Amino acid sequence: MESRSILETIQMVAEENLDIRTITMGISLFDCIDSDGAKARQKIYDKITTSARDLVKVADQIQTEYGVPIINKRIAVTPIALIAAASGDTDYVAYAQTMEQAAVALGVDLIGGFSALVQKGYQSGDRKLIASIPQALAETSRVCSSVNVGSTRAGINLDAVGEMGHIIKQIAAKDPVNCMSLVVFANAVDDNPFMAGAFHGVGEADRVINVGISGPGVVKRALEQVRGQSIDVVSEQIKKTAFKVTRMGQFVGSIAAKRLKVPFGIVDLSLAPTPNEGDSVAEILEEIGLESVGAPGTTAALALLNDAVKKGGVMACEHVGGLSGAFIPVSEDAEMIRAVEAGRLGIEKLEAMTAVCSVGLDMIAVPGDTTAATISGMIADEAAIGMINNKTTAVRVIPATGQQVGDSIEFGGLFGRAPIMAVNPSQPTAFVQRGGHIPAPIHSFKN
Amino acid sequence: MKAIITVVGQDQVGIVATVANELAHLNINIVDISQTLMDHNFTMMLSGEWDDHQLSFADAKTALDALGEQSGLTIRIQRQALFDAIQKL
Repeated sequence: MESRSILETIQMVAEENLDIRTITMGISLFDCIDSDGAKARQKIYDKITTSARDLVKVADQIQTEYGVPIINKRIAVTPIALIAAASGDTDYVAYAQTMEQAAVALGVDLIGGFSALVQKGYQSGDRKLIASIPQALAETSRVCSSVNVGSTRAGINLDAVGEMGHIIKQIAAKDPVNCMSLVVFANAVDDNPFMAGAFHGVGEADRVINVGISGPGVVKRALEQVRGQSIDVVSEQIKKTAFKVTRMGQFVGSIAAKRLKVPFGIVDLSLAPTPNEGDSVAEILEEIGLESVGAPGTTAALALLNDAVKKGGVMACEHVGGLSGAFIPVSEDAEMIRAVEAGRLGIEKLEAMTAVCSVGLDMIAVPGDTTAATISGMIADEAAIGMINNKTTAVRVIPATGQQVGDSIEFGGLFGRAPIMAVNPSQPTAFVQRGGHIPAPIHSFKN
Repeated sequence: MKAIITVVGQDQVGIVATVANELAHLNINIVDISQTLMDHNFTMMLSGEWDDHQLSFADAKTALDALGEQSGLTIRIQRQALFDAIQKL
């Protein structure tokens, strides 16, 4: 019996907030397509509730037996724009309601896949789905939506970028909090277990279990032990810690997959913060030596952190996938919130940070009078960073209707609270209105 | 089934006996045991083994949770495979 190792593991869970952030079951809905929308939705409900019948039970069993908290149980389905397109339905809100009913019946936290992939252009289902998003999010609480507007291989669909600015404003007009259920992506991945951006990619197996890990607190604690030492030591320390954290993800995922009789897909090697004290990515950056996140040097420290997490985690699991990197959602990270409120971190610095980590401008509240064109401009910038750097980027902004810089908006629970951040007031209106398609970059032509 | 049981709490007379008694009562065999005092906190680790046809993990956990509450100790029970997976290549 190796007492030291056992104590270390227990401490990681009990004191440093190490947990399995999510077990997400991906479910293909291609076999639910029907020209009759009502029949399609019945098949969707049946398939989801049958496939994931034991998901919550198994996750709870694993949590009890191994003493590892499993925070979320989630479902990701094939993008609904692809499934509903064959039906004659003119709006897809009913599909979101079906997803919601299935999620409630199963007791899962969230269900993702009210999604469209329009990086190269729209098919008929894409237009209807995107137009349905504001109503769908207003009428459901567990459904998550995502739209992929660009990729390294396809370039950026500027028409879709323009449209999504308006959609986000429409959602906010009903209730700004619903904006947290929509992600606009470039280079969206097929096997992401994290919400709100999870969907089950078209090339995936019929069903699959993907796992997302957490553990910023564990990395922070490990780095406290190497204060003052060279940055090489910091990198090594992060790698070692990431290895252990990822092993837990691999272990839990493989047990869950076995008990659910579903293939095990990937472990997403992410550092996902929560608003709890000591569960912050910003605190890791500060432990590396920044007075505050946002200080010059932040991007470099984050690049090192992101890279070392991957290097440590890759060997610890069979298949790596999803978003895999450090997350920097402002509202979900107590130290990020403090830095914003102290004027030490702004949107421009966050944008720079997204070039070296996953995923993008995430959970950022902007003033209620931010225009649709401004939001589209933010989406275009993030998509460009993703397209050129061959990485996933995303925008999840919340225009806080009726609120100004200095106010803050509450989301509750894991989603925290977001201070309203200042946005550059100069307008990109004419750029966005041009529409069309930004061509794929030269380095995408690899064949 | 194999599990690691950890007991943490204020040092007092008879902790080992209390826990060992309960394990004997549950028919859990102690394979390995170690204990130490850390900052006046009593810390004990046990490796236990039992026949899972006779006692489910959930029942063992319930019994030890109750004992912990009764005696003011934090008692954790976790299946051993987790530690091996995290700490061993």
